[in-house]
Amino acid sequence: MPMIKVENLTKRYAGFTAINDLSFEVEKGEIVGFLGPNGAGKSTTMRILSSYMPATSGRASIAGFDVFAQSLQARQHLGYMPENVPLYTEMRVTEYLNYRAALKEITGRRQRERVGDVKELCNLKEMENRIIGTLSKGYRQRVGLADALLHSPDLLILDEPTIGLDPNQIRQVRELIRNLGRHHTILLSTHILSEVEMTCSRVVIINKGKIEAADTPENLVNDMRAAGGIRFEAQTGADDGAAELGKIAGVKEVSVETEEAWSVFTLRTDSQSDPREEIWRLATDRHWTVRELSRRRATLEDVFVEMTLDDDEA
Amino acid sequence: MTKFLTLLSREIKSYFYSPIAYIVLCFFLLLTGFCFYSSVTYLSRGATELTIIEAFFNSVPFWIGFILIFPPITMRVYAEEFKLGTIETLMTAPVRDWQVVLSKFGGALAFYIVLWLPTLLYFVTFEHVVKTDAANAIGAYWGSYLMVLMIGMLFISLGCFASVLTQNQMVAAVISLSLITLFFFGGLLAFFTPNVSPAFRMATGYFSTLEHMGEFSKGLIDSRRFVFYLSGTLLMLGLTHQVFQYRRWKS
Ligand SMILES: Nc1ncnc2c1ncn2[C@@H]1O[C@H](COP(=O)(O)OP(=O)(O)OP(=O)(O)O)[C@@H](O)[C@H]1O
Ligand SMILES: [Mg+2]
Repeated sequence: MPMIKVENLTKRYAGFTAINDLSFEVEKGEIVGFLGPNGAGKSTTMRILSSYMPATSGRASIAGFDVFAQSLQARQHLGYMPENVPLYTEMRVTEYLNYRAALKEITGRRQRERVGDVKELCNLKEMENRIIGTLSKGYRQRVGLADALLHSPDLLILDEPTIGLDPNQIRQVRELIRNLGRHHTILLSTHILSEVEMTCSRVVIINKGKIEAADTPENLVNDMRAAGGIRFEAQTGADDGAAELGKIAGVKEVSVETEEAWSVFTLRTDSQSDPREEIWRLATDRHWTVRELSRRRATLEDVFVEMTLDDDEA
Repeated sequence: MTKFLTLLSREIKSYFYSPIAYIVLCFFLLLTGFCFYSSVTYLSRGATELTIIEAFFNSVPFWIGFILIFPPITMRVYAEEFKLGTIETLMTAPVRDWQVVLSKFGGALAFYIVLWLPTLLYFVTFEHVVKTDAANAIGAYWGSYLMVLMIGMLFISLGCFASVLTQNQMVAAVISLSLITLFFFGGLLAFFTPNVSPAFRMATGYFSTLEHMGEFSKGLIDSRRFVFYLSGTLLMLGLTHQVFQYRRWKS
């Protein structure tokens, strides 16, 4: 049984379709990155999964419980951190976590243990008596995360957990998420793609309410048309460099620019092949003067841009 | 049940985080203090039919001030949660909608009861000093405070309903004040219009808060009034529950 199962989910806001016929699954133990440009419908999907609001049509379930018909059980299996982490600003950190624990039916000794554990886990110890309203954004984020972890849920849904954090904190949260991924299933949305490449075992990319792709980051990068690129700068003398390079196996396309006496070649290649050795051999055979030969790997960012920019801007 | 109590205790505590609670408390103490003082001076001016409790609960300044305390008590209960977005954290915890609706109502009611506690002292002191025949008055006390409780329940449920309609606390306050004022003066219509038919007087009398308080502060406890206030409260809580779901589902 998949941890999250979304079938033909559609949500319309007063005539505007935010998500349209969405289907995907998340298996137990996965860390899935949920990507998409602003307004793609990420938060909308997550709100439906967290039983905050019902879908217009379609079904979704968490750990086998329908998020609408069996929403209480579904919520018991889920730790959810909403976008912007809304908190009661007038409460103190420990007081808030105790309150949230009680709502999740964690009481007595277990409450003290769990609240202590999550404070430890999220590095909140030194802030435990502060009023939430006086905490910095990063610490509030951690309070939200601590709350989501209180009942050790099977599944965590985190809506932009690292937004607004400084690079050190981003790194900490990333570590935390990676560690949590050992025991929990995680669905997180973010705009920081390098983070996804580092933490997620799979990504789902949505655009305008529709799924564009769902695969591992590696496969997405490899399958991309603009997979890898090679940059080669040389003086080729009388030779037609572009034509010669084009004959090398694996090279799909060559473009040239000239910078004074130098030719700058940009080569598109198959995603699997790396013809740099051949290029070097060719250059030495022909006595070209070389000043750069480097490979640029496609990143998830390239995939993201290609998939979500296609129609209008690209 | 523990979840409900957890929610309820947060609602009650949340009043004491904000200065509004203390302002309302001070205002209400001043108001009731003033009304009590003027009732006592009124009684001491000469022989009258009225008891202290009737004089207190049927004076004009009392009612004007009384109506004004409800909006600040109830305006934030839902509006603030929608504004801050905490409604999302709240409703994605494993709690049921009706638990939230009842806890918000219960929290406001508890605060309202706290407001009234000091006034008991006035009457205890008065009876002690004056040494009237307290046994006669016991029904009047029960009646008056029961009425205070029932009117409070109805007006608080109206206020909660106003708060669930908006995310702006000021708007919620204005709506609840309007609803309560309309209701209150609607019940007085028969006093303002000359030559009304008895049927009309009966009809307005059925929801005339002032008349009910008049009866109850004489110790005339009428069970029809319980039915009226309790069913009104339930109706408003039901409506609040509907709007609460509707707003989240459309958001
Ligand atoms: N309450 C609402 N009423 C009407 N439209 C809404 C509402 N909430 C969201 N939308 C619209 O639905 C679309 C999807 O919004 P959503 O918040 O899911 O996007 P997102 O992918 O989370 O974007 P972001 O990356 O900016 O957080 C947007 O076009 C948004 O304007
Ligand atoms: Mg969002």
